[in-house]
Amino acid sequence: MNLLAALGAGLQATGGDGPTPIMAQPEITFSAPAQVIFAVTAVVMIYGAFRVVTTKNVVHAALWLMIVLGGVGINYVVLQAEFVAVTQFLVYLGAILVLFLFGIMLTRASMGVSEELDNNLKPVGAVAGLGLLAIIAYALIETFGNDKLTFQAYQGVAGPNSNGRTQAVADTLFSQYLIPFEVLSVLLLVALIGAIVLARKD
Amino acid sequence: MANPLSEFLRSYLSVGIFVGLSFVLFGLLMVISWALRPNRPQAGKYINYESGVDPVGSTWSQSQVRYYIFALLFVIFDVEAVFIFPWATRLEAYGTFGLIEMFAFITILILGLVYAWRKGVLKWA
Repeated sequence: MNLLAALGAGLQATGGDGPTPIMAQPEITFSAPAQVIFAVTAVVMIYGAFRVVTTKNVVHAALWLMIVLGGVGINYVVLQAEFVAVTQFLVYLGAILVLFLFGIMLTRASMGVSEELDNNLKPVGAVAGLGLLAIIAYALIETFGNDKLTFQAYQGVAGPNSNGRTQAVADTLFSQYLIPFEVLSVLLLVALIGAIVLARKD
Repeated sequence: MANPLSEFLRSYLSVGIFVGLSFVLFGLLMVISWALRPNRPQAGKYINYESGVDPVGSTWSQSQVRYYIFALLFVIFDVEAVFIFPWATRLEAYGTFGLIEMFAFITILILGLVYAWRKGVLKWA
């Protein structure tokens, strides 16, 4: 509830009334509530990610992964990418994770708490993780280090901030990427039929 | 000065309040039931309950592959639903063209469902 209180206070402090002009004041950076939300989700995500790799129960690792993926979804909302956020919650949290769990439950080998699992390679894993962090951090700072995130009120049909970005996605999807969109249905069909053929005994 | 990001996040405040209230409600129900129920622990109450039959084996057991098929069907049609959302926001603008395109998209995926049905995958054998 601390998050909500901070969010409400921040919105009161920084927000104004009346409709925002379209494409105005491009020099807006992260607002206070956005920073609070990002900080809280980042801490929760780091803890969740840590538990994913340290827990001895594989099913619990998948459930901790749910926390991490949910945090990614909240970050998408903070970045105003609503469509990506909905996709994250529907597909990753709703569907991919179910596949993960069923994948674990289908393979009998390491279900539940398994004492055979060990953490002998922990130092190697830590070195690899820190190395990856260094490489990604270097690439991101080198590429975007001087850029500032800017936000605009996005105009939808029903006014500012009324799913304008989702409509922009739809417009791109149904003009420039129409053929890939239709081909995608064939790809999904192939995945479905392939899975049925593989899973059936005859 | 009105910050567009704050304006945007303000529209999500109701989502945050809703999530917070659901946690509060859950906690409240747990506390109320904990306060009201009698507490008499017995060994028999801690074993797994399976239709009145004594449980056999571990609760962690391998599940059948047919569950995986249902999960995969769910994933496929979940992805389909994700693509229907942006289309629905611009439904009036696209008109007949959009209807035909989405109809083709859904029809191709329905073929997969028909295939699964004809192969008897949907039947609980």
